[in-house]
Amino acid sequence: MKLIFEKSKPGRRAGSLPRYELPKADVPEELRRRTPPRLPEISEPDLVRHFTALADRNFGVDTGFYPLGSCTMKHNPRVNERVVSLPGFRDLHPYQEEEASQGALELMWRLQEILAEVCGLHAVSLQPAAGSQGELTGLMLMRVYFADRGEADQRRVVMTADTAHGTNPASVAMAGFELQRVGTDDRGNLDLADLRAKVDERTAGLMLTNPSTLGLFDEHIEEVSAIFHDAGALLYYDGANLNAVCGISRPGDMGFDIVHINLHKTFSQPHGGGGPGGGPIAVRDVLEPFLPVPAIVRESDAFRLDYDRPQTIGKVRGFCGPFGVFVRSYAFIRSYGPGLREMSEAAVLNANYLLARLKDVYDLPFDRLCMHEFVLSARNLKRVHGITALDVAKRLMDYGVHPPTIYFPLIVPEALMIEPTETEAKETLDAFVDALRAIAAEAASAPAIIRDAPHRRPVRRLDEVKAAKRAVVKYGFEQHPDLGQAPAEGKAVEVQKGA
Amino acid sequence: MAAEESYPDDLRYHAEHDWARIEGDTATLGITWYAQDALGELVHFEPPEEGSSVAKDESYGEVESVKAVSEVIAPLSGEVVEINAKAVDEPETINANPYEEGWLVRIRLSSPDEVDELLDSEAYRKLLEEQ
Repeated sequence: MKLIFEKSKPGRRAGSLPRYELPKADVPEELRRRTPPRLPEISEPDLVRHFTALADRNFGVDTGFYPLGSCTMKHNPRVNERVVSLPGFRDLHPYQEEEASQGALELMWRLQEILAEVCGLHAVSLQPAAGSQGELTGLMLMRVYFADRGEADQRRVVMTADTAHGTNPASVAMAGFELQRVGTDDRGNLDLADLRAKVDERTAGLMLTNPSTLGLFDEHIEEVSAIFHDAGALLYYDGANLNAVCGISRPGDMGFDIVHINLHKTFSQPHGGGGPGGGPIAVRDVLEPFLPVPAIVRESDAFRLDYDRPQTIGKVRGFCGPFGVFVRSYAFIRSYGPGLREMSEAAVLNANYLLARLKDVYDLPFDRLCMHEFVLSARNLKRVHGITALDVAKRLMDYGVHPPTIYFPLIVPEALMIEPTETEAKETLDAFVDALRAIAAEAASAPAIIRDAPHRRPVRRLDEVKAAKRAVVKYGFEQHPDLGQAPAEGKAVEVQKGA
Repeated sequence: MAAEESYPDDLRYHAEHDWARIEGDTATLGITWYAQDALGELVHFEPPEEGSSVAKDESYGEVESVKAVSEVIAPLSGEVVEINAKAVDEPETINANPYEEGWLVRIRLSSPDEVDELLDSEAYRKLLEEQ
C-alpha cells in the first residue's frame, strides 16, 4: 500500500478555503517559514479512501475476538459514545467557570465516590492519565508520606513481584526508590519466606497486582499486607486486573493503601493503540492530604475545584484529567448499577471456561482456578515440534483472532496470556478454543504452516529483530527525490502568507 | 544463525543460565545456550562499566530480545576488567556462539572460593531437564 506522501500530486487539494479578509498577522521576518511545509497534496475522496483502507487493514475489538491478556480489551458500549457526545460534556472548555460546569464537576465527584467504594478506600484523584502515571503518582505519594514522617532517608526500597508488569519496576526507578524483587511460590503466590527475609526498616512498600499477571488471586494476601504494615511500610495495588474483583473483594480490605484504576480497561473505553486512558488513584485517609490538586469537592449542593491542599504533591496532569474517559466510565458503571459484580463474575467464568477447555493441549504452569485471565505455556509444543508461543500467536491471526499477550509474565517460558473479558459470547469462546486446538494439532501434522504464518493477513511474518535494531521511524524524502519537491511554489506560498 | 545446543564440560554454570570459564584469578562470563534460545535473537547487550564490581547472584547487565529485557546474573564476584565489544556491537554473536565469540565480560575474581558453589555441565543439564 502506498504512503499518503506517495499519492501526493502538486497543487491538489481536499478543500478550498475562502480568501482571508482580515489583516495579516504581524509575524517577525525571522520567525516566518522560508519554505512551505511538505504536506501531502490529495483530493478529499482519495484522502478518505486512503484512511479507510488503513482502517480496513486494522484489527480491533470491533473486528473480532481480542483476548490480549492484561489489557482487558472489552467491548465499549455505544451508549458511552452517546453520553460523551452530549453538548454539555463535549463542548465544555476546561477554563469554563465552576458555576457553568456543575454537571461535569458532579459527574467527576460521583465517579470519585464510586471508585473509592470499589477500592474500599477513602479518597480518589482522577488526574493521572494512564495506569503508568497512576503508578508514578502513587509512589510519589509514598515518598512524601515517609518524608512527612521523617523517614525519607530510611525508607528507600520498594518491592515488586517477579510476575509484575514492566511498568512497576520502571515506576519504582522513576520515583527514585531502589528496586527489590520478590519471587513466586509453586502455587503462583508471592513467596512468603522470600518476602519475610527481605522486608525490613528500609522497606517503603510493595507494588502488587492481585490477581497477579498469572491470573491467580494471592492466597496469602492478608499475611502479605500484615508483613508490610508491621514493618511500617505501605502497599500499592496495581489495578490492571481489577476487572476480576469488582463488587466481590476490595483492595482496601485486603490491606492496600494506594490503588490505581485503569478506567480504560475495567470500565470500558474505545482503547488500544495508545489511548485514551485514565489512571485514577484511590488512597487510604492518611495519604489524602498529599493527593494532586485540584480535588473535586462537594459543598451542600454545589461542586467545586479545591486547590487549597497545603501538603499536595501538586498537579500531575493539565486541568482535571481525561474528562471524556470519565464520562464513558461513569456511564458504563451506572449502566451496571448495583450489578457491577456480575461484570467480574462473567469475566472470571469466561476465563475459567477457556482454561478448562485448553489445559489438556497446552501446558498449565499453575493448575488452579483462574480469575479473569490465565497463562498457558507452549513449552511442550516447542520441545516436541519446535513451535513457539510466537508461532502460535501468528497462526491465530489466520483464524481471525487477535493473538493473546505472549512471553509475559517472564517467569513462564513460552507464555500465552489469555483474557477473554466478560463481553464475549460462548460461540466466540468456542471458536477460539477450536482455533487453539487446531493449531496444536497442526504443530504435529503441518508445522511449516504455523512457522510461516500468518498467511491471510495484510502482511506476512514481520522481521521483529530488524524492526528493533534498524527501526525506520521517519519518512526519508531524500530517498524519494520525485516526491520531495516542494509543493507548487506560488499557490502554497500564497496560502502560507494567509493572503 | 543459531548455535547447536551444548553445555561444554570445561565451563561452570549458574542456575540463572550463566556460565563462567575460570582462568587463574580471572573468569570469562556469558549466558548459556538455553538462555539465548529462551530469549530469541538478541538486539541489545547493556554491559557494566569497566572497573565496576559485580557480585555473585546479582545482575551486572541486561540482554534484550524482541520478547523481553532480561538481567544477566553474575555467577561469581569480582571486578570487570574487559567487556566484549563484539557482543555490544553485534549482539547476535551471543546467539551464534554463546561460549566463545559471544562471551560478555571478563572479571578478576574477588572470592575465588565461590567457584565451588557453581554447577558443572552435568548438574546444569540436569537442572534444565527439571525445568
